[in-house]
Formats: sequence, C-alpha cells, structure tokens
Amino acid sequence: MRLDTLTNSIGEWLRGTGPDSDIVMSSRVRLARNLAQFPFVSRATEQDRADTERVLRERIAAVPVGRELDYIDVGHLEEIDRRFLVERQLISREHADAQGARGVAIDRLEQVSLMINEEDHLRIQCMHSGLDLHGAWEQIKVVDDQIERAVSYAFHPRWGYLTACPTNVGTGIRVSVMLHLPALVITRQIDKVFRSLHKISLAVRGLYGEGSQAMGDFYQISNQTTLGRTEDELVQQVADVVPVLIDYERRARDFLVRETQQNVHDQVSRAYGILRTAQTISNEETMQLLSRVRMGVLLGLIGDVKLSDINSLLIRTQPAHLQKLRGGDEDSSDDIERARYLRHHFEGGDSPSRATAN
Amino acid sequence: MIQSSSLGTVCAGERTGRTCGDAMKCQQCDNPAVFHITELEAGNVREVHLCEEHARVYLNQSEGGDGGDPGEPGAVEGKGQKGGGLSGPLGVGQTAEDLAVLDKRCCDMCGITFFEFRNQGRLGCPHDYLQFEKELDPLIANIHGATEHTGRRPSRPVPAGVDAGSGTDGLTTIIGLRRGMKEAISREDYESAKEARDAIRGIEDAWTPPAAKAGEENA
Repeated sequence: MRLDTLTNSIGEWLRGTGPDSDIVMSSRVRLARNLAQFPFVSRATEQDRADTERVLRERIAAVPVGRELDYIDVGHLEEIDRRFLVERQLISREHADAQGARGVAIDRLEQVSLMINEEDHLRIQCMHSGLDLHGAWEQIKVVDDQIERAVSYAFHPRWGYLTACPTNVGTGIRVSVMLHLPALVITRQIDKVFRSLHKISLAVRGLYGEGSQAMGDFYQISNQTTLGRTEDELVQQVADVVPVLIDYERRARDFLVRETQQNVHDQVSRAYGILRTAQTISNEETMQLLSRVRMGVLLGLIGDVKLSDINSLLIRTQPAHLQKLRGGDEDSSDDIERARYLRHHFEGGDSPSRATAN
Repeated sequence: MIQSSSLGTVCAGERTGRTCGDAMKCQQCDNPAVFHITELEAGNVREVHLCEEHARVYLNQSEGGDGGDPGEPGAVEGKGQKGGGLSGPLGVGQTAEDLAVLDKRCCDMCGITFFEFRNQGRLGCPHDYLQFEKELDPLIANIHGATEHTGRRPSRPVPAGVDAGSGTDGLTTIIGLRRGMKEAISREDYESAKEARDAIRGIEDAWTPPAAKAGEENA
C-alpha cells in the first residue's frame, strides 16, 4: 500500500457523521492480545520479534476479518511516514518510535487497525465516527474471533488475556470516545467534569492518547480497569457517561449563545479570520482556532464551512501530513506552510498541488 | 502521599520514552543511570535517574518503611510510611532482605527477574503471571479492584491431555525450551539442543490451530 494514496483522503472516523457527532468526534475500542509462545515485546530478542511479526502477519492474512486489509511494514518506514500514521491514529507514538520488526494492517476506511509488536504482540483497534461504541465493539469482536481461529492467544482461566502490563490484563479492552468540549473549556467547567470522571475510574487523555496534551479542546475519555468486569460492562461504563457529558457541553453552548453571544461570535470570527489570513501559524494555535471555528459552525455562527472540512483540517495541518502535502518544498518552515495551506483551503481550493503552487 | 502503586510509577516511567542506554549519570554516583523512574505523587510527576545499585536501594527504602529519598530529600511525602510504595500492594515482607530475595527470583521461561519487572513495569512473558502469582495478586487487585476475569474466553479448547486450568501455559513453555536450546548450542551440547528442538516441534504441532494448519497447507 502506498501511503501517499491516503494523503488526500480522511479516515471514516473523521467524516463528522454518526450520532452526536457535533460533540463526539469518534468512538474507539481496542483489544490487547499476545501469542502464548513468544516473550512479550519488551523482553523479546530481535529474532523473537521477527518471528512474532511473521506469524501474526501470515495468520491474519489467512482469515477473513470482515474487511480487506493492507499491511504496512512499519519497521522499514521513513520517520515521516510513521508520524503520518500516528497523526491518522492508525498507530500509536510508542509503535512509531519502537525498534525491530513491527507492522500495521489497516482497512481502506481506516476503521480497523491491527498493530503488531506494539507493547503487546497485537493491538486490535476499531474506530467509528460519532457516538457508536456498540458498533465498534461488535466489529472488533468479529475481528478478534476470526484471528483467534488461527492463533493461540496467551490466556489464563483466572487472569483472562495475559498482557505485558498488568494494567491491561483480563479483557485487554480499552473503550474510548474523543469529545470536542469547547464550551466546557470556555465556561471553565472542564476541570470539575474531569474530577468527576476520575472518581468513577475513567481516564481523560489528550487527542493522541496516553501522555499526550489536550489540544484544541479535544479529549479522550476511556475506562481504566480491564479485569473483573465483562467487555459489555466496560463498554457500557463509558457509554453511560457520554450522554451526560454531551448534555453538559450542549448546556454550556446554549449558555454561551444566550448570555454572551456577541462575545462568542467575536471569538469565533476572529479565529476564522486568523486561519484565513495568517502568514505563519503553529500547530497548537491551528488546533485551538479550528476548535473555535468548529464550535462556530455548530452554533450557526459560520455558514460556509462544512464540519467534515474542519475535521479534515485538524489532521491535514499536522506536521507529517503537511510535509507530505507540500511535496519536496523543504525551504519554507512548517508554520509558514501551514498558514499557506489554510489560506488556500479557505479560498476554495484543496488539492496539494495548488496549495504548493500558491 | 504516593497515589499510585509502584507499578503505576514505572509504567509512567516507560512513557517518558527513555531507554536504559541513555548517557545519563546516576543522581547518587558517577555510574550511568540505567533506571529512569517516574513517581506520580498527588498528581505531580517527578523523575529519578539511578544506577542499578542505587535503584535497588531506592526501591527497597521506599518499600521497606525506613523512608528517605536519595534524589530529592523531603520531596516525597509519605515515602517512609509503612505500606507506602510497593509493600502494601505486594503484600511481601517488610525487610530489605526479603525484598532482595524476591527481586532475584526469575521466571523459568523468559528469565526476567522480579526486580526487572518492578522497574520496567512490563512482564517478560505470559508465564510470569503464574511464576509471580503470589506477588502479582495483590498488585492486580490494587489496580483493578478484582482478581478474576469474567469476560470473553477463547472458544477453541486446549489440546487433548492438557490441563485446561493452566490456560495456554503449556504452549508458553516453548519460551523456556528455546532459551535452553540456545544455551545448549552455545556450549556445543548438540544432543540437548536437538531434544529441546524436538520438544518445541511437538508442542507447536499440538497447539497449532486447525485454521492455521489449513492456511499453511493452502500456502
């Protein structure tokens, strides 16, 4: 598979469709699995890693998982291509930065991703647009069952699926939603919400998962424990809290419109203005401003921008995407190129060649 | 007060992305720092970089109840409290001697020592869950609030003659056999190496799922 073919598309999870997609960007479920006959990745020799990668790659290719998969040999990718996959959330930063044999199998819609030799031998991920945790869970079950027909996952009747880190043992499941919560940030209620989530054992992370900073008011909410409850219960634990968060955010948006409309309209318009006219702009500022514009679109304050366009720009203005889009022009800095790309996009063009020529 | 168990601590340390090969000096001596530990204390993050010897002292002090922090004196509240660090969750003896003995215990299959696990926060192989069961039990209870899996199970049964109660541990014994085979080859004991190789093949054959066998035949 040529990664360049992905550059001009966006994953299904970014289409801005699905239930409650004004607030819930995406729903994701991942399962951690290991082969019983090899040491965990951190203890594995180079040969062990190569053998694990080969066994999983061959056996996954031999079973139908419901989707046609393309395999990418991450171990032999250039750094920019690894970062590109991280930005699209197809692999983790740890997987990109790791050593030795490793790869990822993805489907064309970029809903399914199978990381081989991340922290565990296999990390299965299914990502859907909007609030669709149950859909993602039903899909991942099929993938997991099919692969299990062809391999022996490390399993113990008492401990469940055995993982490299005991924090994942048992079900090995991580259920998460990515939420856009600008109104809760503006009204300074976000910390209170997060404290409540911690009390019920849910974790809050930034856009790129563990260890990443929250940028542009995007947050991931996920379960913290994986043992002692069934997968259905853990999916439901996260699913139960999302409507509450959606309700808080909607109320905060209503409050902003009702009480401070002029101020909000001004903030949104300024953000839009900067994105359309800036000559140099950082990734962080872009995320922040796109977040404001996204809210403006949803509040009806900006009429001529599509939600899926904003979602797409959130990914395409990331460093590796930008570098791929601009091709061989290495002279200008990322920030200048990002501003150029944004100006061009809002003028009505979108193709990388036109952006580069601008 | 330390909020996380030491497991959480070292897991977070892993996320710093440092490897043991970094050219950084121990905070207590001139030896290279090979353990990079991140402590999470009341939501604050603090990093400690130590050589193996001082890491051992550091961890034993934090667990043994005699307090002290070689890195930043006074920075870690509650370090000296009984039950702080790993001693509570692990449920092991309180003396440094007990911990030293435990730290040296290693997995029969992958060879990881308990000390290495405590510092990396990652186990070496699936058999570790059985090898260190007594030690992991309270630690896992601390993390998850439970010690019994109630979720999905593999639908495929274990091979005939294998105790289902041990899960896939029979297949995991291959890891130990592979190590033994390599060692035998390095000391030119080819007879033992051959025995190990044959044993591996037998186990692999018994455990290879029908779907994988069919795939290999079709290939």
